[in-house]
Amino acid sequence: MNKLLLIIQREYFSRVKKKSFLLMTILGPLLMAGLMIVPVWLAMREKTEHQILVLDHSGLFIDKIPNTKQIKFTYGAESIQTAKAKLKDGPFDLIMEIKGDAINDAKTTPVLYYKKQPGISTEEYITNQMENILFDYRLQGDSIDITKIDNARRPVEILTLKVTEEGKDEKTNTEINMAIGFGCAIAIYFMIFLYGSQVMRGVIEEKTNRIVEVIVSSVKPFQLMLGKIIGVALVGLTQFILWIVLTLIISTTVNSILFKDQLADTAKHNSQMEKVMQNDLAAKVDKMEKINSSSEVIDLFNNVKNINITKVLLCFAFYFLFGYLLYAALFAAVGSAVDSEADTQQFILPVTIPLIASFIIAQTIVTDPDSSMAQFFSIFPLTSPIVMMVRLPFDVPVWELALSMLTLVLGFLFFTWVAGKIYRTGILMYGKKTTWKEMGKWLFYKG
Amino acid sequence: MVPILEVKNINKQYANHVALKDVSLIVEPQKIFGLLGPNGAGKTSLIRIINQITGPDSGEVFFNGEKLAPKHVDFIGYLPEERGLYKKMSVGEQVMYLAQLKGLKKADAKAKLQQWFKKFEIETWWDKKIEELSKGMQQKVQFIVTVLHEPKLLILDEPFSGFDPINAQLIKNEILELRDKGATIIFSTHNMGSVEELCDNIALINKAEKLLDGSVKEIRKTYKSNTFNISFKGNLMGFTNALWAGAELLDKKSEDDVHHVTVKMLRQNKPNDLFQAVINNAEILSFNEVVPSMNDIFISVVENKTTVNTQSSFTE
Repeated sequence: MNKLLLIIQREYFSRVKKKSFLLMTILGPLLMAGLMIVPVWLAMREKTEHQILVLDHSGLFIDKIPNTKQIKFTYGAESIQTAKAKLKDGPFDLIMEIKGDAINDAKTTPVLYYKKQPGISTEEYITNQMENILFDYRLQGDSIDITKIDNARRPVEILTLKVTEEGKDEKTNTEINMAIGFGCAIAIYFMIFLYGSQVMRGVIEEKTNRIVEVIVSSVKPFQLMLGKIIGVALVGLTQFILWIVLTLIISTTVNSILFKDQLADTAKHNSQMEKVMQNDLAAKVDKMEKINSSSEVIDLFNNVKNINITKVLLCFAFYFLFGYLLYAALFAAVGSAVDSEADTQQFILPVTIPLIASFIIAQTIVTDPDSSMAQFFSIFPLTSPIVMMVRLPFDVPVWELALSMLTLVLGFLFFTWVAGKIYRTGILMYGKKTTWKEMGKWLFYKG
Repeated sequence: MVPILEVKNINKQYANHVALKDVSLIVEPQKIFGLLGPNGAGKTSLIRIINQITGPDSGEVFFNGEKLAPKHVDFIGYLPEERGLYKKMSVGEQVMYLAQLKGLKKADAKAKLQQWFKKFEIETWWDKKIEELSKGMQQKVQFIVTVLHEPKLLILDEPFSGFDPINAQLIKNEILELRDKGATIIFSTHNMGSVEELCDNIALINKAEKLLDGSVKEIRKTYKSNTFNISFKGNLMGFTNALWAGAELLDKKSEDDVHHVTVKMLRQNKPNDLFQAVINNAEILSFNEVVPSMNDIFISVVENKTTVNTQSSFTE
């Protein structure tokens, strides 16, 4: 027991002290924070202010296009030549000329003059607003009641409600369920690959350094294998926690320093932008949406709450831990059977196939989380860590979850036993290439 | 006296070959025991069983009178033939780690380690990484790792490979010193010269079976073949004729009027009979018995010959 602890310690500290660990730990959150900050930053850069001089000869649009924080409209009546002069020395950076017959003649397009090319969103905002105004105008011309159209065009949103055991209705949201399940599955998938192969490399390193026989004269080979697996798991855990903490720290500090009060504006603007992006009629339901949007955030939180976040987190921890342990043992066995990393190909494939397969299966399962295929693969121990995590937010029956966990633990015990047998013999084999047949025989060697 | 190690009827079989067949050994305490045999004879298999890295299919091992158990690993020091250290780890850290795995307390390990580093004059290596050291330097560190926990039984598999003659001598002296301090050493090697120099007892294993064991002196005595080297001045022809039927001339070599011959006594003839026969024909300069070297014995036993070929007698 004491010796196992020593091994774990060495495996842990020798990795944590490495420069590459430090680099990955720092680079990881920087990348993550970058992914979170850059889009916001880019979105902000887009919002340069525009002063637009509108020369509306049709008269229809005057004072009708609403100003936004970034886009201000001024209406003038001068000739385009004099207006263009103003473009040179401000205050306007855009001039839009709308011809008199623009209302009736579709071919007469408004012209936008610029000194510096405006962003797509600015252009789109203007077209959308103009389309809306024209739309209303034409309907009125045909004496059609706009409110009737609005009523007829009301969008449909399905409210999915789950009836709980107690007979209460609970709001659920399929997309959020999917996102949570998939997020967990991806995390498990990558962590198994990342740290499983670290275990394998560690085993190969000990073998090629020829230190392994020195060590197994002091401890049991199984202890060495277990110590390595646990040590690497702790490294993974450390890195994971550091990533989360650092990502949060970096993104919050950068956000607060760089963007400060603009952050609130950006959020407001973003919601506005979204609305702008929606086509023609959607803008009509603007008002309706405005009323809804405030409650939408609250809904989101309610949905997450209804998924039973503790259950998901506990299951995530369980499947992550045992999935990693199971696969790490197999990776260790592969490492023990070869002389160098280049030789691993032959044996690594059967280990990675179920892992990759479960990821592919997971994608099809989302569409039908209760199919018999989904049931089977969420109970089969080599695929369950990933597949079950995808199914979990869709409320898996308790017995299935229990069975899946039981088979995973049994699978872990079985595969660790098999791996231990292979490992024990493999680490002392040098030179000749191992075959599958030989590996099979190793299972039956005595102590 | 209770033997430090007793191996009783060990059998070990791998998938398609027998590694050890009914091998028994007794290793007496405070002796240097040579485990000899050609490559693939089963030496490493036996050593791994003693180190509890693998287990035997049948048979038993006793350590100091007790049945071999996991607790005994702390009393054994093992220097494998395939040896090495973590390349990226510093010398100090690594030796501390391996010492603790052998059950030493951290403080003890550190104190002992500093003594050894001082003895070998390598104090400055503590923070160096193994990959920065030369092969010979690495071997020194490896040797310290093996003996640091003051094992009662030290198992050395080809300990001198990788050492230059000076360092090999250094290690040889360390081994003898450890023996004098109470350690028992099992010494597996192909280097027969060092066997004669160091070993008190040996066992010879070939093709999974023990062919020979006993004290080096006794074995060499039993393999004597009543053969003598004689140097003399005089007529070689007359000398050979005088041998007559009492002895057989195996080899001859002449430098001017000095002749060196190897003679094998026939029947139960004594050296004195030979003297009497040749004394009138030659002026004898030297007369000594040929004792077979371990190298000769090794080769003849492995090649399953009944007599020991003493071809190398002049180089003796």
